[in-house]
Amino acid sequence: MAMSFGSTLKELFRDYRFAVAFILLCLLITLAVMSFFAPHDPTLWYTAPRDLPPSRQHILGTTSRGQDVFWQAAFAIRNSLIISAIAGIVSRVIAVAVGLVAGYQGGKSDRILMFITDGFLVIPLFLIIVMLAMLIRDKMNIFTTGLLLAVFGWAWDARVIRAQVLSLREREFTRTAILSGSRTLELVSKEYMPYITPLAFSTLINNMSWAIGMEMTLSIVGLTNMDIPTLGTMLKWALNYQAILMRRWNWVLTPVMLSVFLFIALYWMSVSISEYLDPRTRVQRVGVE
Amino acid sequence: MPAGCTRKGEKPNMQPILETSGLTKVFYRGSLLARDRIVAVDKVSFAMHRGEVFTLAGESGCGKTTVARMILGFEQPTAGEIIYAHNQEKWHPRVWFTQRIQAVFQNPFETFNPLRKVEGYLFETVRNYGLAKNRSDAVELINAKLEAVGLSYGEIEGRYPSEFSGGQLQRISIARSLLVDPSVLIADEPVSMVDASIRMSIVNLFKRLRNELNMGILYITHDLATAYYLGGQIAIMFRGNVMEMGPVQEVLMRPLHPYTKLLRESIPEADPAKRWRGRISIAETEQEEYLRAGCKFAGRCPMVMDICKVQAPETVAVEGVLVKCHLYTKPKEETKEVS
Amino acid sequence: MAAGDVVLRADNLRAHYVLDVPGGQKTVRAVDGVSIAVRRNEIYGIAGESGCGKSTLMKALYAWINRPLRLVEGTVYYTKDGKEFDIYALSKQELRRLRWTFMAYVPQGAMSIFNPVIKIKETYRDFLSSHLKGKTVNEMFEMAKEHIDQLGLPLSILDAYPHQLSGGMRQRVAIALAALLHPSVIFADEPTTALDVVVQRGVVQLLKDIQESLHNTIILVTHDMGIHANIADRLAIMYAGKIIEEGATEEIFKNPLHPYTQFLINSLPQFGDTSERVSAPGQPPSLANLPLGCAFHPRCPMAMPICKERQPEATVSGEHQVACWLHAEGREAEHAAHS
Repeated sequence: MAMSFGSTLKELFRDYRFAVAFILLCLLITLAVMSFFAPHDPTLWYTAPRDLPPSRQHILGTTSRGQDVFWQAAFAIRNSLIISAIAGIVSRVIAVAVGLVAGYQGGKSDRILMFITDGFLVIPLFLIIVMLAMLIRDKMNIFTTGLLLAVFGWAWDARVIRAQVLSLREREFTRTAILSGSRTLELVSKEYMPYITPLAFSTLINNMSWAIGMEMTLSIVGLTNMDIPTLGTMLKWALNYQAILMRRWNWVLTPVMLSVFLFIALYWMSVSISEYLDPRTRVQRVGVE
Repeated sequence: MPAGCTRKGEKPNMQPILETSGLTKVFYRGSLLARDRIVAVDKVSFAMHRGEVFTLAGESGCGKTTVARMILGFEQPTAGEIIYAHNQEKWHPRVWFTQRIQAVFQNPFETFNPLRKVEGYLFETVRNYGLAKNRSDAVELINAKLEAVGLSYGEIEGRYPSEFSGGQLQRISIARSLLVDPSVLIADEPVSMVDASIRMSIVNLFKRLRNELNMGILYITHDLATAYYLGGQIAIMFRGNVMEMGPVQEVLMRPLHPYTKLLRESIPEADPAKRWRGRISIAETEQEEYLRAGCKFAGRCPMVMDICKVQAPETVAVEGVLVKCHLYTKPKEETKEVS
Repeated sequence: MAAGDVVLRADNLRAHYVLDVPGGQKTVRAVDGVSIAVRRNEIYGIAGESGCGKSTLMKALYAWINRPLRLVEGTVYYTKDGKEFDIYALSKQELRRLRWTFMAYVPQGAMSIFNPVIKIKETYRDFLSSHLKGKTVNEMFEMAKEHIDQLGLPLSILDAYPHQLSGGMRQRVAIALAALLHPSVIFADEPTTALDVVVQRGVVQLLKDIQESLHNTIILVTHDMGIHANIADRLAIMYAGKIIEEGATEEIFKNPLHPYTQFLINSLPQFGDTSERVSAPGQPPSLANLPLGCAFHPRCPMAMPICKERQPEATVSGEHQVACWLHAEGREAEHAAHS
């Protein structure tokens, strides 16, 4: 199926979910990029008058700490996206490596790796993350937060990838590759990666969603570095300052709505891409016109 | 101890290129509480030579594919030996074997990864076995082998498996295996999934490979008509045992074993005047047949005797053909009466 | 076995697959103008290689059209209790009532239709309970047992799970299931493919037994000419979506008129004869990209100029029809000879 990127994109756009998700993501990423042009350092307080409602100077108003809500949001979305990207990508790398080795080698390596994987699946993640976060709270920055989340996000997908590799191993073309003289590494990368990559990609998006949610949870509980603006910390600050009681909706709702849009966008993107990759649903799309 | 057959009066003029001796494979099926011991391959011994087609024939589930997998190293034998060119002692890495023994499989659409271009496998083979020094030499070599099977490099360049027909894919698969100039080619049901109208062109291709390249071909099939057409030696397998083995003409035209007779009669001939007469009954499931004591064919045999249900028969030689059947073993009662 | 009146009639049937591909649509003309009439109390064979459209023809006759397959043109009439009706004019409920009771369909790879987690007898009971009202579970089990026994299958299969039976056994059980409610028309799509000779013979024997006891119609699709020679009363040869020859089986084998049919029959290896067998040259055409005129002309050694321009109509000489310019009657032949 040698289709060009442009035609693939056109195909995907026929699905309304992908179209909406794509546009939303573009908007959110634009917002994140705008943070590079912010007039103030987001960690500074009192750069603007406190508790102002939305106006021409401050589009979304200001916070009780004297910060422009709009620019805070821009930084928040940027950092949240970076954290979830780190978490997602690092956990994919681990999941793919573990899944490939366990699936193809089998035997002892499989048993050891699955033992470790099952360990990660079974232990109560939340408690461990909370413990670790408490221990290293001072040293937490976006990178460490991302890595922490990555360490706990790979186990499930490692199993999924291992299952795929197990079934690929039994297919005839594996034998053809062996007869062609391929060694393990070459075989696995040339033969299996085209099957694993779409799998890794769709689980990446799910994982990013999870990471954002987890980060927000940790922030609400008070375990992340409050100086770094993320969607979670922004919300936490708002709650700290009783923004709900004081009806300062602009401050509270901004991170909430942004995260809702982000979740919808990521979810719809993941679902539409998975469906697109699944050959059976493609056939049904014919004949609608 | 290899059991090679000779044609009547002929001496073997060369050493066997591939032999098996007492090859056995046992599988265990079932749960922890109730396990069945299935002997998928039971002390199979045969020898094949270069420039000869050796057919391993039988129904599915008779063990012939398991034999092929063991020879290629995809399964470990439970017992017995596989000897290539009398090279018993030295250990070799797998690549050494695959340079000398290659294979073509049944399903041409599964042979290649649908997400990769077919030429990838050809170039990979050239590179991994060091068959060419640079890319243009590689292309020349690949083109030569493709022409040997009736295709050309230009026809396959840049294309995916889905763009070819089953027959073309089988030819490409054969060309790939020819790149290393193997002495033995194992063909596992190579034409059963190919259209009837082009089947013979691929079978003819095997004939040419045998003649022109002096290749030994292990032809695994349940289609006895093409086996007859190719000539050579044949071993008929049933539930893991070699029931009859000998020259193809002898075994198929004058079958000794009742199973061979049944197989021979059951081939649908493309002639309405030669319709099947008589009925068959397949009353046992495959697993039940495998677990039989004595001769595995006793459940279906029209000539079954009491001894067949209890004791497995020995292999006997009858006029140049080896057969495993109580009908041909010398009855012990006779010797008792004499003495 | 005298064949009766027409039970199924198709007129100028056209069924195409419309596929979505980058840059537009691709139309695969799987059934492209087929008109046949199948009679009561006969076995009607449809032969042709894979990709010629025969499975699609079956689906069109059975009114099993799902996207991306579309019925483009034509009608299909069945005759039940003396009355003729258009199957495509029926409502979904009426169609459902007819299925399995009046007409049954055994798809390709029927061995995979069984639910792997329930025993075979449960599948039979399930089947019966959805079509027959007012029977207890035990009565249904008894019906299933009687049916299986009558057809010569071992009773032990009812208590087995599908994976415990071999592919061939499952195929026979699936066919028995299709015949359970005594349908007047049974469609069997490649019932013997991927089975070995002996099991194949068992399947064919089963089909024959069913037809002889029910005196119904069996429409059998397979590429194996040997099977048709053994069981079919009348035979139709299909190529590139059209029926190119049709007639009594003996007649077609004795006197094949269409060059493709001749290739098909002559390329099959026969026992006792190792003379060179030749297949048809070239490849069958892609149904998405058919040549102009007669679809066989690129491969036909006797192609004439007219063959490249116009599609031949079926000409009838008694029961034996053929669509080929070599045998065109009347003025068409004159034109063919002069151009």
